[in-house]
Amino acid sequence: MKALQIPVVELPRETENLRREIRLFIQQKIDSGLIEPKCDSWLSGYSAEFSKDMGRRGWIGMTWPKKYGGGERPSIERYVVTEEMLAAGAPVAGHWIADRQTGPLLLKYGTEKQKHFFLPRIAKGECFFAIGLSEPNAGSDLANIQTRAMKVDKGWILNGSKTWTSGAHFSHYSIVLCRTSPQDPDNRHSGMSQLILDLKAPGVTIRPIHLMTGEHHFNEIFFDDVFVPDDLAVGEIGNGWAQGMAELAYERSGPERILSTYPLLNELTNILIEQGNTESLNKVSRLISRLWTLRNMSLGIAQLLEEGVPSNMIASLVKDMGTKFEQEIPEITRLLVSVTPSVNSESLIEKYLAQSILQSPGFTLRGGTSEILRGIIAKGVIQQ
Amino acid sequence: MSEMSELIIESTSKVFAAYSTKEVVNEAEKGIWANELWNKLAQYGIVTVAVPEELGGSGGDYEDALSIVRLASRFSAPVPLAETFIANWLLAEHGVAVTNEVLTIATETDGQPFKFYQEGNGWIVTGRAKNVPWGRFAKKLVVLGEASEGGALSVLNLEKAEIIQGNNIAGEARDQVVFNQVFIPECTIIPVDKIKYEERILYSCALTKSVMMAGALDNILEIAINYSKERSQFGRPIHRFQAIQHHLALLAGEAAAAGIAASYAIHSFQKNPVSKEIALAKLRINEAAGKAAPIAHQVLAAIGFTYEHILHHNTRRLWAWRDEFGKESDWEKVITKQLQKLEKNELWPLITGVKNNQKKVETR
Ligand SMILES: Cc1cc2nc3c(=O)[nH]c(=O)nc-3n(C[C@H](O)[C@H](O)[C@H](O)COP(=O)(O)OP(=O)(O)OC[C@H]3O[C@@H](n4cnc5c(N)ncnc54)[C@H](O)[C@@H]3O)c2cc1C
Repeated sequence: MKALQIPVVELPRETENLRREIRLFIQQKIDSGLIEPKCDSWLSGYSAEFSKDMGRRGWIGMTWPKKYGGGERPSIERYVVTEEMLAAGAPVAGHWIADRQTGPLLLKYGTEKQKHFFLPRIAKGECFFAIGLSEPNAGSDLANIQTRAMKVDKGWILNGSKTWTSGAHFSHYSIVLCRTSPQDPDNRHSGMSQLILDLKAPGVTIRPIHLMTGEHHFNEIFFDDVFVPDDLAVGEIGNGWAQGMAELAYERSGPERILSTYPLLNELTNILIEQGNTESLNKVSRLISRLWTLRNMSLGIAQLLEEGVPSNMIASLVKDMGTKFEQEIPEITRLLVSVTPSVNSESLIEKYLAQSILQSPGFTLRGGTSEILRGIIAKGVIQQ
Repeated sequence: MSEMSELIIESTSKVFAAYSTKEVVNEAEKGIWANELWNKLAQYGIVTVAVPEELGGSGGDYEDALSIVRLASRFSAPVPLAETFIANWLLAEHGVAVTNEVLTIATETDGQPFKFYQEGNGWIVTGRAKNVPWGRFAKKLVVLGEASEGGALSVLNLEKAEIIQGNNIAGEARDQVVFNQVFIPECTIIPVDKIKYEERILYSCALTKSVMMAGALDNILEIAINYSKERSQFGRPIHRFQAIQHHLALLAGEAAAAGIAASYAIHSFQKNPVSKEIALAKLRINEAAGKAAPIAHQVLAAIGFTYEHILHHNTRRLWAWRDEFGKESDWEKVITKQLQKLEKNELWPLITGVKNNQKKVETR
């Protein structure tokens, strides 16, 4: 089927040196005790210092124009950086959202002033963004958001709340999707807009929501008559839904939908090779064939997106299959080695296994649940 | 893919649609050779694609040929096209001119390797090959064996061979071919490194099978989608039910995964005919077959369980093909061998194809 055809990508030779440079960089950070690798590091591995360091090396905003602090590098290099970071379990959560979503959003819809102000700061690894979409009554059914902004002189007054906001406690800003006109039952996606919200603005309250592990990862944000100046509205007022959805394919098919538990797979492989455990390595080989396939799908979609080919459906496919794969790794690992998962363990595998098990429910929820994705995929193939 | 490919695919599609019909496929299962289909393929020069014109081929590259193989499997074409391709490529590589003859290739010799003794202007051949695809219909068999000087690749005329008929679960001919001191005049015997060629032939067969499976998976997805639009229950087409949508999404996922795995395997084959990509692809695509076939049957329910409906042309082939030229467990072992050679933290370099810095690897 045409819609499912994904191109073969041959990574340019130059990216090999980039990979080695990144690996050395991370290794040095680990050796000097500055970072501690972990599973799911793009959401739960936060280090402001590390983000700054990456910024200094030009590894954030890599593809953006130089005049906005970017590196004008090909998008395949950005892909290499992200997958190397994730495979190593490096703490990239700080800048992740800003680099992946906010930057491209502003490049496409932002004003010159917004671009000149935000993009260089993001690229330096000094300005972090949170995603302000979900609300208590708007999860999968995002169009049901109630947070609203009222037009006033020179800006907007924002009221309402957001929930499950990852990293709002360490982020500087959030892109908030809100209603700027009342809900229209005949056109559920109309009347929404995106505002850049300064998370330190008066009237903003951030409260932690602790994960089941007790960790502080996401938050509730309350808006109580928060003033947002006109020049912090993104793109067109009323076009927020379309603007937000355009980036979904990037969000759904990236390496972070495949590699969240990769550090565990690596450690498992290390141990089984050392043990000479061929039987169990065969199970790893099976996982590798899946990983190889998923990575090739993800790379191919990255290329399609670069060429401007709409890929929302196959991107959803990669997310659905990739996140299932991420969840499978701990399930298979625990049966192949006799270790006890514990987040405090001295042993890497026990720690990674614990992290993977405890983080895994989120993989198939965040960024659109598997159920929702399958609906998108099915509708996509039926329309063919 | 070369420039001619679009054209080839288009015209080949027409040939398959006209000559690899449901009836032809069903008849082949009863032992009737799809003569017209082969003749048309031969007439259009399709069976010698990726063989240079100087050697009697039609030109084009492996990717062209493998796109045709993929297409053929969508129509469940009951001819040894893949086997003929592989045989022709091997022969052309040794400067042997190719023809439009039906060829097949043996990979299993049941512990009884073929032996060739030169005598006068010919050779005396002894050997037994198992599961030879379409053996009874082929003119010649390509098989590895041993001559007095060592390993040899042979092209044996099947006229005097004993054929013991057999079938795989898709009803495709998988015959035993027995040579008992058969004298074959003017028979092609090419000295080769037998171990190396065994591996090459196995990988080539695994590659073509992977590609065929990707084609079959594509087709069962299409069948399932179309059926979900045509069939109504409870007053609406069944694709409106979320449970069916989820089946279709999972099926699409397996088809897409198989498609990309096959594409990478094809891509790698040009550079390395025994690449790890072929191993990974066959492994992943075998898995896809096992997951996808039951989903398609669930969507089509009773009608898909009948002989009348064509779904089984593809699903039975998928079940047969996943066991041919290496099951999951076989290819897992091949990958495991590569894993065992790794130093600590070298899995990622294996996956990315980029080695770590020589200088330093973390110590425990
Ligand atoms: C780790 C993590 C981080 C997150 N970070 C952020 C963030 O930074 N910013 C942000 O805005 N949000 C964030 N989210 C929220 C996330 O986007 C939502 O959890 C997700 O969209 C699902 O919404 P919900 O949790 O309200 O579940 P619901 O939508 O209530 O779903 C409950 C169940 O019903 C199913 N369901 C719902 N509708 C349908 C349907 N139409 N068909 C079939 N099944 C359906 C769902 O699949 C699910 O199984 C995060 C979530 C997690 C887990």
